[in-house]
Amino acid sequence: MVPGFSGFDARRADCALGKDKMTDLQRTPLYDFHVAHGGKMVPFAGYDMPVQYPAGVMKEHLQTRTSAGLFDVSHMGQVELKSSQGLEGAMLALETLVPVSVAGLKADRQRYGIFTNDTGGILDDLMIANTGDHLFLVVNAACKAQDIAHMQANLPDHVTVTEITDRALLALQGPKAEDALARLVPHVTSMRFMDSHRVDVNGVEWWISRSGYTGEDGFEISIPADIATDVAAQLEAMDEVELIGLGARDSLRLEAGLCLYGHDIDTTTSPVQGNIAWAIQGIRKTGGARAGGFPGADRILSEFDNGADKLRVGLLPQGRAPMREGTPLFATVDSTDQIGAITSGGFGPSVERPIAMGYVPTKFSQDGTEIFAELRGKRLPVTVAPMPFRPSTYKR
Amino acid sequence: MKFTEEHEWLRVEDDLVVVGITEHAAAQLGDVVFIELPDEGITVTKDEEICVIESVKAASDILAPLDGEIVEVNSLLVDEPSKVNEDAIGDAWFFKMKIEDLSVLDDFMSEAEYKALIG
Repeated sequence: MVPGFSGFDARRADCALGKDKMTDLQRTPLYDFHVAHGGKMVPFAGYDMPVQYPAGVMKEHLQTRTSAGLFDVSHMGQVELKSSQGLEGAMLALETLVPVSVAGLKADRQRYGIFTNDTGGILDDLMIANTGDHLFLVVNAACKAQDIAHMQANLPDHVTVTEITDRALLALQGPKAEDALARLVPHVTSMRFMDSHRVDVNGVEWWISRSGYTGEDGFEISIPADIATDVAAQLEAMDEVELIGLGARDSLRLEAGLCLYGHDIDTTTSPVQGNIAWAIQGIRKTGGARAGGFPGADRILSEFDNGADKLRVGLLPQGRAPMREGTPLFATVDSTDQIGAITSGGFGPSVERPIAMGYVPTKFSQDGTEIFAELRGKRLPVTVAPMPFRPSTYKR
Repeated sequence: MKFTEEHEWLRVEDDLVVVGITEHAAAQLGDVVFIELPDEGITVTKDEEICVIESVKAASDILAPLDGEIVEVNSLLVDEPSKVNEDAIGDAWFFKMKIEDLSVLDDFMSEAEYKALIG
């Protein structure tokens, strides 16, 4: 056996400034907790993170789908934007860097967003919450240094960008996440998908959003680093909850049809190509009250009107062989010109079959279109399919 | 039973060499979800990549441990790849080889030597 054994592919995190190094890995506040629970630690986005626990990726994935899974996502960047011109000032300022409607975000709500570049590509994807006083962002670990530098360089002087480094971030995901978290914070039963609340728990402020990146109902929970291990231990001790590593986090988000930055979307793909055009509200598009005014607006707005040359699509390999990132795609069984490539792929434990996503020319993007992937020298049929591969269960 | 540095086990049954992967290898791979086996009847050369094994984490190859002919493959694994995680050194054998001289097996590691290798 050739040791393809390194297990989880640590490259899967990279942003331009966030390459994984084997040395100088950072640790989250939960590092000792992971090790104590048998976490298999691997480098990811500059952090030493658990790729799996003893149960393994398959069981952890199914645990999250059927009960509840607890993830440490403290490596992600938590950032506050405050403005001397008030909340409105911070919102309008951020709109100069993201094409989504930030000013339209109501208090205690959050939404998905992206930073774009001057050519209409994507610098990172992120969550943006309106706390009622300022904006709270969660950005990808591998991109956080770059994102913060980007905001500091390009937002007006009245905006202060502060990275929150004294809080951990947990995700509790799955159909029993609400039952479990409500034992510690009864308030969460009143929250719905994409609510973002600050809740006093025994004199400590927990920042809780009803969101996640698994396709399941669930919560992301920002808490002071010094109580993180205690809170994680209380949740993990509950019958419904098990610890889940990055391996299952990847298969869960793939089944949910969600993009992994640096792979499914990057600095060359536009939001329209990346099939995340839904994230851009009409008010920022041509004819809207706050149309344009973000990096790459010319290309992005033009693609809304005229379409894009290629699109990210869901792909179902017809056989049983998983098809992974980089697998080339062809129009026919014997054509010589490659039309695209798989950007994420693997086995979906809940759908019990291989699943993938990748880019194809727009004319091949209709659901049901049959194309071919070349795997180990063989052309195998692949069907373009809608995403998510498994229906999401958000509590809207 | 003999062992290779590529984490395969070799066992002689009816003058054929039965080949599988070790429990250590199966544990390292994680949940196996796909296996592609060689065709029965083909002649293979030592270190040739002849099987594909995919887990939820990664793809790996299995190399031919010896020169010889593949006389039988375990098609059970194609339908139930997870057998590799459940019974790596029993039901989850991969293929049976006919080789010219069984004495070459003496060159492979004993169980004790293999255990020392994987620590």
